Amino acid sequence: MLEILIQLLPSVLLEGLILGFVYAMIALGYTMVYGVLELINFAHSEIFMAGAVAGAETFILLKGAIANPFLLLALAILIGGAVAAIVAILVERLAYRPLRKRGTTNRLVPLITAIGVSFFLQDLVRLIEGLWHNAFYRRYPSFAVFEATYNLPNWIGVLTIALTVWLGFWVLAYFGDWLIRLFAKKPRATGRTLSLVAAGLTLVFLFLYRHVVFADLGMTIQMKSILVIVVSLAMLYGLNWLVHKTKLGIAIRAVAQDAQTASLMGIDPDVIVSRTFLIGGFLGGVAGVLFGLLYTLVHPYVGFIPGIKAFTAAVLGGIGNITGAAVGGLVLGMLEMLGGTYLTFLTNGAMGTEYKDILAFMILIFILLFRPQGIIGQQLGEKV
Amino acid sequence: MRKLRENPLLLSAVIAIVALVASFWLLNHPRSTLPFLLTLGALLAALLQPIPRWLKVLIGGAILLLVIPAAGFKNSFLFELGIQTGIYAAMALGLNVVVGLAGLLDLGYAAFFAVGAYTWAIFGSPQANEFMPWKIFPLPGEYFYLFMLVAVVVAAITGVVIGSPALRLKGDYLAIVTLGLGEVVRVLANNLDQPINITNGPQGITPIQRPPIDWFIALLDRFGLHLSRAEAYPLFFYLLVLVIIGIVTLVNVRLDRSRFGRAWIAIREDETAARAMGIPLFPTKLIAFATGASFSGAMGALFAAKQLYVSPESFTLIQSIMILVMVILGGMGSIPGAILGAATVTILNVDLLKSASDYLNDLRNAGFVLDLGFFKYNFANLPNQLEPAKYERMVFGLIMILMMIYRPEGIIPERRHVLEMKKEEA
Repeated sequence: MLEILIQLLPSVLLEGLILGFVYAMIALGYTMVYGVLELINFAHSEIFMAGAVAGAETFILLKGAIANPFLLLALAILIGGAVAAIVAILVERLAYRPLRKRGTTNRLVPLITAIGVSFFLQDLVRLIEGLWHNAFYRRYPSFAVFEATYNLPNWIGVLTIALTVWLGFWVLAYFGDWLIRLFAKKPRATGRTLSLVAAGLTLVFLFLYRHVVFADLGMTIQMKSILVIVVSLAMLYGLNWLVHKTKLGIAIRAVAQDAQTASLMGIDPDVIVSRTFLIGGFLGGVAGVLFGLLYTLVHPYVGFIPGIKAFTAAVLGGIGNITGAAVGGLVLGMLEMLGGTYLTFLTNGAMGTEYKDILAFMILIFILLFRPQGIIGQQLGEKV
Repeated sequence: MRKLRENPLLLSAVIAIVALVASFWLLNHPRSTLPFLLTLGALLAALLQPIPRWLKVLIGGAILLLVIPAAGFKNSFLFELGIQTGIYAAMALGLNVVVGLAGLLDLGYAAFFAVGAYTWAIFGSPQANEFMPWKIFPLPGEYFYLFMLVAVVVAAITGVVIGSPALRLKGDYLAIVTLGLGEVVRVLANNLDQPINITNGPQGITPIQRPPIDWFIALLDRFGLHLSRAEAYPLFFYLLVLVIIGIVTLVNVRLDRSRFGRAWIAIREDETAARAMGIPLFPTKLIAFATGASFSGAMGALFAAKQLYVSPESFTLIQSIMILVMVILGGMGSIPGAILGAATVTILNVDLLKSASDYLNDLRNAGFVLDLGFFKYNFANLPNQLEPAKYERMVFGLIMILMMIYRPEGIIPERRHVLEMKKEEA
């Protein structure tokens, strides 16, 4: 039993990582809007969906005209991102800005509007797709180049197992230390001691299970997964550069910190909010295209679950924090894959894959209750 | 219009005449939508306009107890509409306590409806034999009334269980967490058919016992109305729903004016200030949450008995959103608003959108050609994706966006708000 679990581990984590990149990119949209407006943009999941559907349309329309799948993918990413960005800007202009201008004090008003926009967009896309094709389920075409699988060298799997096991032992050691301190008077163990203890235990573990760990783990990766990782990394790097190195990025951070003071410095908060929606929307749209590439089937209601997961990721990393959103996305992706696979496995299929959605909610609630500032992020006082 | 308002006698006369005309029209054409809407409009006007109380009672009683049942015998769909409106009105009143009074945005409200429905569905059908050692199920229909109370308690407990973690969070997070927990309840209902079969999974549970109505049929017999069982049930449920709405409204009004009601409103308006005035935030919020949940639970049990069948499909997010839309449309915190919102949205959803779909279908099938001289359109070419009944999300979304932008206080604003506004103007 344990052998199979160990053997599955690297592949499951890899899959989780790929999914995590998609979550990370959606989460960035939530977190950036929250940073400047302190609004949970419920409609962001539908902006993601708009990108996914627009990407599918691009693929289907241009499949005959352009033979090179990579060029096709680049176009789909651009168009999907652009469509999503336009939708995001329109949503901000038409639904959120009137509320801001009126200066409502009721917290529920923008939130309810956001939910309304989310539902409206779902059926709007359905209507457009329905009138256009008489069907609203779209499928990404598959290309042999994208589906091709490559074997990964075994040491990656071994390393993954070693690191995961080490992390597990570290947590165990931490709680073990805590337990010992409950009964015996002794100083708290340092991080270094814990790491060394965990490393030692890991070596023992690797030795005991050497017949599993060093056997052929059979880790493979598909071309499209590699593409997802590459594109996401490029996007995340680009965003990091944009936010930290450009004037626009400085302005966005200034507005997030204090919109009023920023406007005294000659920054128009409305323009910055609009730009923030553009950037967040573009990232969401690209995430949509990558999601479509991975899971092929897209439809107007596809955004709901990834949207909520990505929101969880944003909270997990610390909402309003850009690095946090990326980290949260990756962590959530991996946790979800682990939970989804092992839960089904351990309960003999009695608890199916639907329970992995519950897992994400549980993580959300636990984080909100016990560490509301997220993994990365500082505690903020309540504004009165 | 102003002249009408200033003259109560004229106003009363106009409303009474409209009500009378609409009633006769409805009785003669029980299947058309227009007279039905006019009748409801007259009912609404009678209840909301400043006319003598005895006239309100007379018009209200006549329309609700005589006209609609009489028309319902000719077109049983009216009963269905009335029962659904009633169920949703009671739930909207419950959600009104949570969202309207206490200002807590609950997006998982249908979860409590599900809990109530499954409470009676499991024990009022052979389903409970699957996991209970005693093979005495289904319980006889008399137990239905007891189980409505049980459903209230179970839903309230669920409300406390869901609320305990969720209500420690601030506004925005609360919305998304309740949304998540609402989904959790649905997923559980969908998956708890194994390892132990409790909910029978996606197939749902059927048949569910109904309360026995022999006494009701006998009672009607005495008044010279001879109905079969199949005819009497809709009438029975319709009247039962009316009674429940009455009770729920009464409870709501009393709650609104109670110590709790005032505490909820204080929390809604300013949490920090409310706390400074000595209101314990978390317990007060939890009571609001549990109260709202218990209303929903009771209606769930009724829904299960009426429908004879429950499945997880009936308790999706769209249900929660629909009830929220009712509260928003009517006016958050306003009791007549919640009832009006429930009636409007239910009729829109169950009747008008479907009628529009049927109408378009008829036009398409007949190959109707619209010819405006400069513009010609053959309805046979109408894409069959264009079915208004399937775009409820768009309709709900639009209502939410437009109401929030143009009239966030709702159609019938809460009295306190109105009074506050007046004070500011003076």
